[in-house]
Amino acid sequence: MLGGGILHGLAVTAKNFVGSFTDPERLVTLGYPEERAPAKENARQFPFLVFDGADPQAGLRCVACQICEKECPPQCILIVKSKTKKPDHLGKPQFFPATFDIDLSVCMSCQICVEVCPFDAIKMDQEFELATNDRFEGLLRHRDQLARPNAHFQKLHPTDAAAIDARRAEELAKAAAAATAAAAAPRKPAPESPPAA
Amino acid sequence: MNPAAAPRTFEVRPSPDAADPVHDGSLLEVSLGPQHPSTHGVFRMDVVLDGETVVKLKPVFGYLHRNHEKIAENTSYLGSMPYTDRLDYFCSLTSNWAYALTVERLAGLQVPERAEYLRVITAELTRLQNHAAVCGFLLQDMGALGTPLMYAFRERERILDLFESLTGARMMCNYMRFGGCRCDTPPGWLEQARSVVTGFGAFLDEFEALLSSNEILLGRTQGIGILPRELAINAGISGPMARASGVAYDIRKVDRYGIYDQFEFRVPLGDHGDVFDRYMIRALEMRESLRILGAALQRIPAGPVIDPKAKLRGFRPKPGESYGRIESPKGELGFYLISDGGPNPWRYRIRPPSFINLTILEDLCLGRSVADAVVILGSVDIVLGEVDR
Repeated sequence: MLGGGILHGLAVTAKNFVGSFTDPERLVTLGYPEERAPAKENARQFPFLVFDGADPQAGLRCVACQICEKECPPQCILIVKSKTKKPDHLGKPQFFPATFDIDLSVCMSCQICVEVCPFDAIKMDQEFELATNDRFEGLLRHRDQLARPNAHFQKLHPTDAAAIDARRAEELAKAAAAATAAAAAPRKPAPESPPAA
Repeated sequence: MNPAAAPRTFEVRPSPDAADPVHDGSLLEVSLGPQHPSTHGVFRMDVVLDGETVVKLKPVFGYLHRNHEKIAENTSYLGSMPYTDRLDYFCSLTSNWAYALTVERLAGLQVPERAEYLRVITAELTRLQNHAAVCGFLLQDMGALGTPLMYAFRERERILDLFESLTGARMMCNYMRFGGCRCDTPPGWLEQARSVVTGFGAFLDEFEALLSSNEILLGRTQGIGILPRELAINAGISGPMARASGVAYDIRKVDRYGIYDQFEFRVPLGDHGDVFDRYMIRALEMRESLRILGAALQRIPAGPVIDPKAKLRGFRPKPGESYGRIESPKGELGFYLISDGGPNPWRYRIRPPSFINLTILEDLCLGRSVADAVVILGSVDIVLGEVDR
């Protein structure tokens, strides 16, 4: 019958139309911004810098090794290494970034900085409402704007954060054990200077 | 006063354009695009019309040129991976795979079995969402405004949710690495994928009931834009377009890259090579992808997802060259790399399927009306990110 196919199709449309009122499974849209989809643990938007403890300056994990700056495909990171050093979580003196800028208008959210960072210092944030009136300074994030506490990272990526925290605690325990062992062991006698002839 | 000055004579000559029918007014030249919604992006068609009939058509590309190949020659091998997402932004995972496959051949890396399964699963999910979206857009071009496209996007959204929970991004996945995949599946992901695959079969039934027997659709697509088999082969057409013309050429079967030799699936072929065949081939391919996905999600083994020898930083393959190709949803996607042993490729070349499929657009459109040309372009399935690179 000519037109049978059209009627058949219209029946499908009608079924969907009525179904979306009766079956909550068929209601696939969300009323943003009042309603929001639950965040996914792996989701990524833009990078942030992790710091331990309460002070974003003292606890910053970044040691300004500049690996992420070199590996970043669109080159959106600018790091200036400090002249002085500060102790890291193991008490070892390390450099820190005097400047750490990320240009969000250039960043393409590829996560390569996170993958190459050997210090777990840079991670991906899930904040996506970044609209600003100032497209130059407003989208250029500086070190202190990028710094977020470790608790923020634990909230966004619990699985990753748990693994990293466990590893860092282990490193710390090992370093503490080595320090106590070194303190307990008798100090190695200094090499004797050759007797004066 | 200029001493060389002399009186000049002028003769009235006929305009050099007088012989050109475009300029004598019998034909009309229309620039369709580059911002026309039917051109699927910034693509322009220079169309010469005799009334409503197309007598000449020149595709004009390059509005989205981003210098991808040259940028890739100046960045590290790893640094090009996120750029491959932006080639065909509907199917970033297959672009990732083609590039990773080529670099793995260049560097001699082995891919663990679980990673191969993950690649097949993500690539077939990509094919599902690409074909669903293409069918929706094709029907939208024919005037079925909204309904089929929204149904297709509803299903596509479920697959993009899977991509987001696996890779972190809906479209720019950046998931594959040389020698495997970036991360393993989050807990519960495989079950979620199984339920999406099950639901997709029901969607295909609904989608075909909605339109595949619709008389208007048949009238608008059957016998339109016929691509003869010989022309398809001579012009190097690949993917669903070639198969709709009856060319039995599917790289999953021809090359058997990855672990496609372990899966049972059929390659649908068309007889007529018209727009309807190209539409139906995609619908049938989605069903075959569902078979592959069902088997892969059932058989996926445990294990590592990346070759332990693979290095992320300081990756320098030994000098040499390699060509890797896969069956992307749009056709044969190939990468050609030459390494001189340095940290970045010496030459990096892409064979994009939709660019080469687009070259025969004039042959398909000649003698048809403008409305048909729009439908034919929709059935070619182009993504301008890949055409212009």
